[in-house]
Formats: sequence, structure tokens, C-alpha cells
Amino acid sequence: MNILIFSIVLKILALTVPLILSIAFLVLAERKVLASMQRRKGPNVVGIYGIFQPIADGLKLIVKEPVLPSSANLVIFLFAPVLTFLLSQVAWASIPFGEGIVLADIHVGLLYVFAISSLGVYGIITAGWSSNSKYAFLGSCRSAAQMVSYEVSIGLILITVCICAGSLNLTEVVLAQTQIWYCIPLFPLLVMFFISCLAETNRAPFDLPEAEAELVAGYNVEYSAMGFALFFLGEYANMIVMSSLCCIFFLGGWLPPFDFAIFYWIPGIFWFSLKVVFFLFAFIWVRAAFPRYRYDQLMRLGWKVLLPLSLAWVIYVAGVLLCFDWLA
Amino acid sequence: MYEYLGILIYFFIALALSLLLLGLPFVVSTRKADPEKISAYECGFDPFDDARGRFDIQFYLVAILFIIFDLEVAFLFPWALTLNKIGFFGFWSMMLFLLILTIGFVYEWRKGALDWS
Repeated sequence: MNILIFSIVLKILALTVPLILSIAFLVLAERKVLASMQRRKGPNVVGIYGIFQPIADGLKLIVKEPVLPSSANLVIFLFAPVLTFLLSQVAWASIPFGEGIVLADIHVGLLYVFAISSLGVYGIITAGWSSNSKYAFLGSCRSAAQMVSYEVSIGLILITVCICAGSLNLTEVVLAQTQIWYCIPLFPLLVMFFISCLAETNRAPFDLPEAEAELVAGYNVEYSAMGFALFFLGEYANMIVMSSLCCIFFLGGWLPPFDFAIFYWIPGIFWFSLKVVFFLFAFIWVRAAFPRYRYDQLMRLGWKVLLPLSLAWVIYVAGVLLCFDWLA
Repeated sequence: MYEYLGILIYFFIALALSLLLLGLPFVVSTRKADPEKISAYECGFDPFDDARGRFDIQFYLVAILFIIFDLEVAFLFPWALTLNKIGFFGFWSMMLFLLILTIGFVYEWRKGALDWS
């Protein structure tokens, strides 16, 4: 029993430490990519090509003064960033990086990831409410409404994937794509899922809650030092979670692109990372390329476009698979 | 069963890690609070009143709609998994349920509950 727990702890450390490092360098990558797209240089002072910039930023945030607002509900106020960061970490427990390379290979992995990403809204709404500041409150209301709106279409898209794969286990979802990646028959769903992921992680062009010009920083305006950093880390960790979910559900996880033997010599984890990096780049690219949505447009897109479309796809896919007897 | 043990341990490790990170600045940084600094931020003004006033009913409406549709999603999961066993009877039963739900959705749409003013 003790050895079991020890091995689990080692596995978790082997998962968490690279994850936090990758978050740090994702921030740097975002700044570099955005800079290149705007023909600037980006951070280039700390280390070669600014490679130590995220570490310098992290150290700076540690030595900043944590401000506790006098009108805030302190317990909830301190709890909110912890919750956000915590949820963005535990979501990784059931994500498979390769066949058998997963911390918790549970039967309901898809449902687990969906539930954890749904809980993320609590971190934001408690942060906004407990800050007792008007900007934070408005930002959290917007953010919560936005997240729950797009969660419905995410749920319906996941149901379509689950009909195709016939299982909720993420490893089996990937293995069901050995013949063909779902991005080919279900391509519109991949696009819709990616758009919903952008909204779910509050990323541009749906970053209304953080609209700098009107709400200063949205729900985290009252946070400083590590409280702010935890929200920041949580947001970027969620981006990586969502990218890997896109990759697992639609791009065949760790499977190589073609069924040639030579591609199987390259470890699956390499293919997995390549696909995740592709989606992360798309996240940043979208931010550089598109202007921000207006709030009514955002709600219209969620409720009047994505929801009916994803519901129609559930019925369409279920009907086709049932009629041709193609169900897994 | 051991799989869920992993999740539980991960939960505690992540909790400890985030509490550690949150607590670190309280130890290493210099803290000097004054009433102006710790008052709620309102673009340089003193906060006019408590932030917990009334808010737009639309947010409430969206939350109610979310509950309906999220329950529907939860209801669809077991159906999606067992579709190969329940066949056409199961398929059409769910279509009937979705039809009723769609009538409600069309009603909300026509009523303007989905329009954000």
C-alpha cells in the first residue's frame, strides 16, 4: 500500500513539474509569437532570446506585496485562486499521453474531464463576488454566463464523440480513431469545439471578462502577487488541457498521422505533444488575428449558433451510425 | 479503484502546492497596508457603495437555461453509450424527448430570452 502511494506520488510529480514549466514557457511562447505577428521582438533581455523571462516574472510575483482588500470576504477571496489552480491541475489525472501512460485510467475519463472543466466557473465567480468591487463583480458575472453558455455546446459535442467511440474512457476514444481521426468525418465539430474552448478558457476573441479597456482586468482586478499568478497559471493550464482534449477527441491523441511502420518508431508522446503545440499555437494565433467580440454577439454565437448546430450533429451522427449499423 | 486513489492524492498535492504558492509572498515580501491601498479599486475614486447591488436579470436567465440544457446533456450520456444495445426504440424515444426540449428552445428563442440587450 505504501509503495503504491509512493509510486502514485512520484507519477504525480512527474506530471505536475513539467506541466508548470510548460505553462511558464507557454506564456513566453505567446509573447514571442504575438510579437512576431506584430513585427516586434518580444522579451529578449533576460537570458538568450528572453528564455528566462517567465522565471524572472514568477520571481517578481513572489516578492510582490499581497494586498488584501478591506471590504473583501477574506476566506473566499483567498480560496478562489487556489480553486482555479487546483482544478486546472487535477484535470490532468485522466488525460492519456500514450497507450497506458495515464495517471488514472478511469472508465468515465471523458465525464471526469468535463466535470472538472465545468467546476472552473466556481473559481471565477467566487473571486468576483468576494472581492466586493464593482469591476470584479461585473467581470465575474460576464465570465460565468459565458462559460456556462459554451459548456452546453461542449457537452453536446462530447456526446457526439462518445457515440462514435462507444466509450467514455479517453484511451479507448483515442484507440477508436486508429482507422480514421475524427477530425475528418467530424470536422465541423472540431471547429465548433475549438471555438467553445476559446470561450471556455476566456481567451481572445472571447476575453470579454478581462476586457482591459472597460473592466480593467475583470474578476481578478483585486488580486496581486501570487493570487493573481495562480489565476494566470490556471488559465494557461486550462488552455493546455483544452488543447490536449481537442487532440484526444479529434486528432487521434498519440496516434501517428499515417499507418506506416516508420511513424510508429517515433514515440506516441511525441505525436501527442506535436498536436497539442499545434492547438496552442492556434490559440495564440487567434488572439493575434481577431478583434474582440461584443457581449451580445458572444451570447448569440453560443446559444443561437453553436447549441442548435451541435444538437443537430448529435442527432445526425446517431442516426447515420444506427442506420448503417456502424456503432462501436 | 486504485485509479481514483491517484486522483485523490493528486487533489491533495495540487491543493498543497497552490496553498504554498499563495502563502509564499506573505512570507518573503514586505507588506505595508494603508486604507487607500486596501480599499476596493474604482479608478481612483473612493468606492461609492457596496458592490453587491442589483445585477442584470439576463445573467440569471442564462443560468436557468444552462441548468435545463446541462441536465439534457447529462441525460444524453448513458443513451449515447448504450445506443448499440437499445437500437431504434431507444433512438426514437430520445428523439421524442429532444423534440419536446426543442419546442421549449424555440419558445425561448421567439420570446427573446436569448437576445442580449
